[in-house]
Amino acid sequence: MAVTAGARTTTSVRPRMTAKQRRRAWQGYAFLSPWLFGFLAFTAMPIVISIVLSFTKYSVLRPPEFIGLKNYQHALGGGDALVWPSIGRSFYYALVSVPLGLVGSLMVAILLNQNLHVTPFWRTLFFLPTLTPSVASALLWRWMLNPEIGLVKFFLNSVGLPSPRWFASMEWAIPGIILIGLWGSVGGSAMIIFLAGLQDVPVELTEAAEIDGAGTMRKFWHITIPMLSPVVFFNMIMGIIGALRVFDTAFVATNGGPSYATWFISLHIYRTAFMYFDMGYAAAVAWILVVIIVTLTVLQFVLSRTWVFYQGETR
Amino acid sequence: MTATGRTLTTAAAVSRKRRRPLLHYMRRGLIYLLVAVGGAVSMVPFGWAFLSSGKAPNEIVNYPPTFWPQQNLFVENYRQIWVEAPFLMWIRNSAIVTSLTLIGAIASASVVAYSFARFEFPGRNTWFFLMLSTMMLPGEVTLIPSYLIFKTLGWVDSFKPLIVPAWFGGGAFNIFLLRQFYMTIPRDLDEAAEMDGANPLTVFIKVLLPLTKPAIATAAALGFIGSWNNFMGPLIYLNNPDRFTAVLGLRYFMQGTTSAQLSAGPPKDHLLMAASIVVALPCLVLFFVAQKYFVQGIVTTGLKG
Repeated sequence: MAVTAGARTTTSVRPRMTAKQRRRAWQGYAFLSPWLFGFLAFTAMPIVISIVLSFTKYSVLRPPEFIGLKNYQHALGGGDALVWPSIGRSFYYALVSVPLGLVGSLMVAILLNQNLHVTPFWRTLFFLPTLTPSVASALLWRWMLNPEIGLVKFFLNSVGLPSPRWFASMEWAIPGIILIGLWGSVGGSAMIIFLAGLQDVPVELTEAAEIDGAGTMRKFWHITIPMLSPVVFFNMIMGIIGALRVFDTAFVATNGGPSYATWFISLHIYRTAFMYFDMGYAAAVAWILVVIIVTLTVLQFVLSRTWVFYQGETR
Repeated sequence: MTATGRTLTTAAAVSRKRRRPLLHYMRRGLIYLLVAVGGAVSMVPFGWAFLSSGKAPNEIVNYPPTFWPQQNLFVENYRQIWVEAPFLMWIRNSAIVTSLTLIGAIASASVVAYSFARFEFPGRNTWFFLMLSTMMLPGEVTLIPSYLIFKTLGWVDSFKPLIVPAWFGGGAFNIFLLRQFYMTIPRDLDEAAEMDGANPLTVFIKVLLPLTKPAIATAAALGFIGSWNNFMGPLIYLNNPDRFTAVLGLRYFMQGTTSAQLSAGPPKDHLLMAASIVVALPCLVLFFVAQKYFVQGIVTTGLKG
């Protein structure tokens, strides 16, 4: 059936391609070829190798040995006591930092959308943390959050509050990493995208609502938020993918410590692969993370139909 | 419709101002206060790092902290970071990796974007979709096999794994950005040149490229930040300290954590802060120079994506 269909399309399309069209197609592929080669060599082939590798035991020194599903059983069946807790930590990080980041970015965007004097100046101030190398921002904040002599401790103490011990304590280590992440992202690309989205909200709508006597809050909830929902959705998708992969800040600021308090799943993959050279097993854990991320993303796309409103969409 | 909209705008604004001027100014005051507080929070870590970078090692550990450095060792400390570690070499390495990555990424991304924007060929939409979906692909899945491939090629501990992939496609983000930009350029321009006998390569170089300078500047600005700040890549591929990039080398100044047993001796937090500022500086300066390109690039890929 599929073959016939395919054949029919070929017979119906091919003859219609003139010599010029065929030349254009050939030229198109020529210009596409750098990407095509790069895609096959640096994306498609690694993906295939990674799938194969995840069913093997491979420590670089000896050739890979096929072991079936053992890596996955080891990871998910409790053989590796670190996997589930580290997935849990990555989720904790994502569940707190993504909503706070979205609300924070939206609030900054709303503030910057108020016809301020010198908006570019303020935008720059908010954007600078995003440009800071993640290693440098982790180091700056490790210094700010130093449990003995940090500026944050000094500030909290001087207003009469006790200071958490941040990266020296189990329960405040992840909040510390979240703080670094938020500082580096609230004024960043999500905010710029929100700002552009806000400027696209039709003035006619808010003014019509104003005439009807709607207050600021009602306009915000019933006009701005629905109109912004595609932008919220985009930022949320990208935010969750990024948050579940949190690595740099944790690696630099705490290196997974104290006693595994910030041992995120990406750190676990890195350690397994590049410190213990257990490549096959690390590939399996990486695939578990990818399946989680892809499932969540698909789920969000399905759920988005209930709350994302696209302007100009016919319903 | 627009005319009514506009009259309404002015009417609403006038009535608001006339009715409650005091409330209006209070509201404006509150907004500026919030913006100022937010801006301050963004800048405090830089400010504190800068102040710390001018202090002596024994002053930096004081609690309560001193604010302005008592001995004022700014010049001394900023000179020390280049002496203490091969910091200049690391900066040079970063400059090499970043510039070669950038050239390759822009050259190949603009060619590929040209293909997607201007040519009809079987499978084009499939490739385009695949290209876009790589933007969402978590890098973890290609990390290990890529490492093994580059190891087989004998490229580990060289800059090649960081640079070469950029020459083949230049990243989905850049391709998409440039393709969106080409789509806005009227095809008549290409066709006019073709009438005059120009081949597609000439059309690309003589007609399209000169018009895409803003999009290329955007790709370059964002690409510079991405490459200069890249941590995971250098961490995995570069082992020899002589080959470290600046971001990777920063950890040399760290102490007391297992991730940085590269150095020994007295605490170097003052140097760590100085070095962090130096490493962050190129990106901050670049933003001041090319601000509008950053904003434009983020908006294009975020809203039309």
